[in-house]
Amino acid sequence: MTTQLTDQDTDHPDDRDPDAPARLAEPDEPLEPLEPLEAADAYADDQLPAPRGASRRLLFSLLRPHRARVVLAALLLLTQQAAVQAVPLLVAYAIDSGVPALRDDDNGPLIAVAVAYLLCALGSGVLQSLFIMVSARINQNVLLDLRGRIYRHAQALSLDFHDRYTSGRLISRSTSDVQSLRELLNEGLQEMLLILVSLTYIGGLLFYLDVGLGAAAVFSFVPLTLLVRSYRRRSREKFNERSTAIAAVIVKFTETVNGIRPVKAFRRESANDVSFDRLNRHHERINGDTLMEMCRFVVLSRLIAAVSVAGIVLWGAQRVRAGDMELGALAAGALYIRRLYDPLDRFAMLLNSYQSAVASLHKISGLLAQRPDVPEPEDPVALPERPIDRPGREVLFDDVRFAYRTGGDVLPRFRLRLAAGETTALVGATGAGKSTLAKLLARFYDPTEGRVLLDGTDLRRLSMTELRRGVVMVTQEAFLFSGTVAENIALGKPDATREEIEAAARAIGAHAFIEELPDGYDTDVRKRGGRISAGQRQLVAFARVLLADPAVVILDEATSSLDIPGERAVQDAMVTVLRDRTALVIAHRLSTVEIADRVLVMERGRVVEDGAPAELVAGAGRFSDLHRAWRESLV
Amino acid sequence: MSATATSTAASAVPHRKRSVVRALLRLWPYVRPARGRVFSAAGVAIVAASMGLVMPLVLKWMVDGPVADGDTNGVWWGGLVLLLVGLTEAALFGLRRWLVARPLARVEANMRDAIYRHLQRLPVTFHDRWPTGQLLSRATGDLQLLRMFLAFGLTFLIVNSTTILIGFGVLLVQDWTLGLVLVLPVVPLIVLCALFERRFSLVARRAQDQMGDLTTVVEESILGIRIIKGFGRHRSQARAFRVLSGELRDTELYKARLLAGIWLVILALPELFLGTALVLGVSQVADGELTAGTLVAFMATAMVLRWPVESMGFLLALCNEAATATDRYFEVLDTEIPDEPTPAAPAAGEGGTPGDGIRLTNVVFHYPDAPPGSPPVLDGVTLHVRTGETMALVGATGSGKTTLLALLPRLHEVTSGRITLDGVDTATLSRAEVRARIAVAFEEPTLFSASVAENVLMGAEGADEAELARALRVSQADGFVRALPDGLETEVGEQGLSLSGGQRQRLALARAVIGKPRFLVLDDPLSALDVHTEARVEAALREVLADTTALVVAHRPSTVQLADRVALLSDGRVAAVGTHTELLRDNAEYRRLMTGESQLSRGRDAESDGGSLTAPSRTA
Repeated sequence: MTTQLTDQDTDHPDDRDPDAPARLAEPDEPLEPLEPLEAADAYADDQLPAPRGASRRLLFSLLRPHRARVVLAALLLLTQQAAVQAVPLLVAYAIDSGVPALRDDDNGPLIAVAVAYLLCALGSGVLQSLFIMVSARINQNVLLDLRGRIYRHAQALSLDFHDRYTSGRLISRSTSDVQSLRELLNEGLQEMLLILVSLTYIGGLLFYLDVGLGAAAVFSFVPLTLLVRSYRRRSREKFNERSTAIAAVIVKFTETVNGIRPVKAFRRESANDVSFDRLNRHHERINGDTLMEMCRFVVLSRLIAAVSVAGIVLWGAQRVRAGDMELGALAAGALYIRRLYDPLDRFAMLLNSYQSAVASLHKISGLLAQRPDVPEPEDPVALPERPIDRPGREVLFDDVRFAYRTGGDVLPRFRLRLAAGETTALVGATGAGKSTLAKLLARFYDPTEGRVLLDGTDLRRLSMTELRRGVVMVTQEAFLFSGTVAENIALGKPDATREEIEAAARAIGAHAFIEELPDGYDTDVRKRGGRISAGQRQLVAFARVLLADPAVVILDEATSSLDIPGERAVQDAMVTVLRDRTALVIAHRLSTVEIADRVLVMERGRVVEDGAPAELVAGAGRFSDLHRAWRESLV
Repeated sequence: MSATATSTAASAVPHRKRSVVRALLRLWPYVRPARGRVFSAAGVAIVAASMGLVMPLVLKWMVDGPVADGDTNGVWWGGLVLLLVGLTEAALFGLRRWLVARPLARVEANMRDAIYRHLQRLPVTFHDRWPTGQLLSRATGDLQLLRMFLAFGLTFLIVNSTTILIGFGVLLVQDWTLGLVLVLPVVPLIVLCALFERRFSLVARRAQDQMGDLTTVVEESILGIRIIKGFGRHRSQARAFRVLSGELRDTELYKARLLAGIWLVILALPELFLGTALVLGVSQVADGELTAGTLVAFMATAMVLRWPVESMGFLLALCNEAATATDRYFEVLDTEIPDEPTPAAPAAGEGGTPGDGIRLTNVVFHYPDAPPGSPPVLDGVTLHVRTGETMALVGATGSGKTTLLALLPRLHEVTSGRITLDGVDTATLSRAEVRARIAVAFEEPTLFSASVAENVLMGAEGADEAELARALRVSQADGFVRALPDGLETEVGEQGLSLSGGQRQRLALARAVIGKPRFLVLDDPLSALDVHTEARVEAALREVLADTTALVVAHRPSTVQLADRVALLSDGRVAAVGTHTELLRDNAEYRRLMTGESQLSRGRDAESDGGSLTAPSRTA
């Protein structure tokens, strides 16, 4: 069922190539809107193209604002390590100087040791605590920043993008991929610093003891470096696959949970068990692969370390025999060399979380590299002040053409003026271009050629906020957000008072049913509008528009899920909503067409009939046919 | 905005005393298949740790012996031993990881499978209550955390505890007075750790729940993107996101402060006592009660124990988070799937009255979580749909039509009353059986990530190509399906091509009518179609309905005309049953609903109260 994702990933490894040219990066071209069925689906990939090195740049851009804290954290940790490393010296001093002094009845050195020890003990504890707090602040701020970036970016991307990239993947990007960065940050900084401190400390000591020993130790890092590189290369692929695999699991999971009613009604449980199991097992295998990669790295690095230790000690023994090195240096050096490789395990874990985080960051940066196809203007202008006596705003499609990038015109070049305050109904078969026209006005897309003008101002020159003050589009979907009914209505105007909300609901005819809900306006609509019927949700959606009070409203009329009295009420409300506004309605109801001032009949992207409803009914065109069919359906 | 999520999660936590151990023990059934390897891994880790201790001894022996003596042979032998110890150690390190890598990945996958299976079988009311994000974070993040705990946390908890115990034994043997000094901080350490544990677990839990809430907000903002775009932006959603992610950060910072506190204690306290031991030891050495060598050995051993003791802080935190994750996981898994009333099911299934159609007797429905005292959604519905008959269900918005339809395939369970199919009480059948008998098309057509053909074939197992073609023809979907890039094999749904509402509705209808179901339940099945398509679908649907027992929610006269009779649902009861014409003539409410005329005030009138169920004879 849903293995396409994984199949695709294994069949076309090139598609995931991080160095592939950024196919979707051209910022100014509209992406294919919904209709082009034949267009290649570039978003079907889990991994969106991102420029080279984008993930590292993303990581640094996240850390940059916290440079000062990072430095502070590093200093804290270094000092803490100094306090820890000082303890063996204190022991040595206590035995070498404290004991003889005490025998001479001199408490001084012992007291000094006691005080120093006290300081070291407290110091290492306190410094560690401070370090934890400082680094937690860095991590959490970075995560906050990243989550916010993904959230805002996802909100800014086009509907077309959302249609194709699928919600599950977006959710996966903002949860499980952020989680892997979190794991890196949690331990990463501390581990990295500790490893560096320990390497420098021991390396320095070895060089101090004997230059040859030091050089040999450094030399042993050559195979280790090669190993690290090979591990990174091999694991990068695996981690990418793993992140894709978990995304597939998440997609299937959310699809099932969100569609639980049909799942149950069609007894999909067993079939779903099977397909989920397949995705889950695929993830299990890849997950196991990454763990085995890690295992391989640990074994190989330990082997290198074992051979190096034995080799260096033997070589040292030869040199001692030849008189090139002192016995004491070898004695001390041998113990230190061994400790040189101690952090290997921790390094492997660090590398592991680093690779996993890089894979996730890569996917995230691919997402962030997507340009919203309707960019915000660089120097936005304000809409001209609306004369009080004139309702709505004038809309002009100025020689607009809209085509897919692949070719085919959806809307051949046309010019259309919608007078201020006029309600225009758009009718036509599915695929006639009605919704494309509406979406151009809502600026969900930009035209391929020409301009869409609102009171003479190009939509592209308006900021999103300004645009939405002028133009609001109500789509068919009657999705309710979790929260109260009032909050859902207030979506149209976040700062609305309860009175305004109620007034809007009343005008729409939704007040009665809302009052009947257990907590009235404060009723939680639960998950996806659980208890509120589709018809009622539509009323809520209308109340939103009323509250938003835009100059231009675009209504993709929900098809008739209301009973006739409900429809009447909505129709009355719609008259109120549409009054004193410029309105473009994708009409499915005769009643709606009848309240329009003007009807546009569309066919294959062209307006084929245009006129007042009565005029068109009287004619012999498509609309009069349609009108007759409608009439009949109402008997 | 997310008060629901939090309260759900919070209310789900039973008020028993929470115990990390008890929580983690619940993982046992899942870990059991991997137990051999998990414990072997711990054993291997202990041996590997000892290898780490042998190494310095070999080095010391080599330098002090053969190298100092210039014994070439001895040096070579020493080198060989060194190499062997090193290689063994490498092998053991690898072995430990190899042992647990795949089995634990399997444990994680098995647990995820289990929660998914369980969720699919939990009632719809459960899903209405729990946001997807909360469920998702339990099935992904929490399980990953558990795997990490099992792979590292548990192993090192065992290894390090063992090391500490052995280490203390060695210390006490070396010098029992000094050893006792080091044992002293153990009691306060345990007490402090326990205190820490209690506070930390609460915060860890809060953080994980907040993560779930945040996931929910993210999910909703993605699912509701069309509305958000239409209105510019959803400020309260954005605010909820900001607030929640801020809260999560604050909780994480609080967690860090707690951690910082326990680290301070874990690092400083033993060290202070070690310092005391050193001072005491030095004075004992000075007094000649102790040799310097013993003191050095004592201090060296104590310092070897430093890492195991320190790691306890980290391991405790991990344990805690793992316990919380386990709790969260089992909150879902512990929710019981309502019993299947299978007793004597086959017999019950065989019995009944063939040809009795669908019969609802005194059906009352109350949402299980509705506040007590609130009126039931359905309050004594009695209705009979005869075999082969199509009954339209009409009622005002919110009258309970959709709820009533959901009762038939047992998406919800009746509070009281009976629903029979051909005389068989649906409550005596398994849910799967009921659903196999009834085909449904919902108001909101949901397509799954699968091909068009698969989506339609879901309606009937084993339907053939011809059946598929027929179903698509009935729903007038054959035309547009043919135009899809891969025709019937085109992928649709979440992962595939987005279809328009009308197209989805037609596929959902095809799914319902495929395989000639005996009982058909349709919720406003033509709402998203344009008039022309609707007329064509209606014509084709009429044929299907001719010999199917069907209940159809209708909003428009055109849909009602598909039906033989109409039932008017009002205030949770069937107020009237009759033909469209009869009801139009006799029932004011029906007239109002169907024509919008409202010369009479709303409310039940005399004729709809009495005798409505003795329906007038059927008119063609």
